Amino acid sequence: MRSLKISIQQQDFSIEDECTAMRAEHKNIGALATFTGLVREMDEELDDASSGQQNISSLFLEHYPGMTEKNLHEIAEEADQRWSLLDVVIIHRIGELKVSEQIVFVGVSSMHREAAFAACAFIMDFLKTKAAFWKKSNNNDSTGHWVEAKKSDAEATEKWAETKEKR
Amino acid sequence: MATIHYFASVREKLGLSSEQLELPSKVDTVSALVDMLIEQHDKQDGNWEGVLKTSSVLVAVNQSIAKFSSPIKDTDDIAFFPPVTGG
Repeated sequence: MRSLKISIQQQDFSIEDECTAMRAEHKNIGALATFTGLVREMDEELDDASSGQQNISSLFLEHYPGMTEKNLHEIAEEADQRWSLLDVVIIHRIGELKVSEQIVFVGVSSMHREAAFAACAFIMDFLKTKAAFWKKSNNNDSTGHWVEAKKSDAEATEKWAETKEKR
Repeated sequence: MATIHYFASVREKLGLSSEQLELPSKVDTVSALVDMLIEQHDKQDGNWEGVLKTSSVLVAVNQSIAKFSSPIKDTDDIAFFPPVTGG
């Protein structure tokens, strides 16, 4: 990995600015994969609880300063062990975020697409299950609840244990 | 002095985000610390036992995930929190 940028911040980010900066970093970038996570209105947890479809108005994101950054560094290093990467950018927002706002950005550049696609997915799967962030969803009637960890996220992370060759 | 942090639903249920405590020498594991916290806080009021003894509660010692059997020292940073849900 040539460079690693990790930022935990309240303010919004620009996908375009991040991509432009990554493209300027290295002349051998042949692939740049990005993922952006957004605040979704529909709360599937409340839906599953057969309380009818419930919409959220905002999310509150909390983290553990120090540990979260360490978690993200470790995740990026692990991705770099598995694939030949050039630059990695991980941005995660905290605080109160409204529906449709951006929460998280992962950008990975490499010489070829396979490594960029795979590392981007890998970093997101691990971020969701290993990085010290917590989400609370707030409803329009101002009741809120802490989001439960999902089994499907844990399974997505476990799947990577089966494929550990360097590409 | 050890610093104890509480995050997310654990923080809200306990009504406390962090505290600094002198750890007696016999409090040398996370489990022993949990017992000490429950004893100190629940003698006033509250439900620390119900919160900290929930099976899903995780612990970190000096910013690394630890076990309840992990050793601790009086200078450590210890944190209790629910499973993570970022992204």
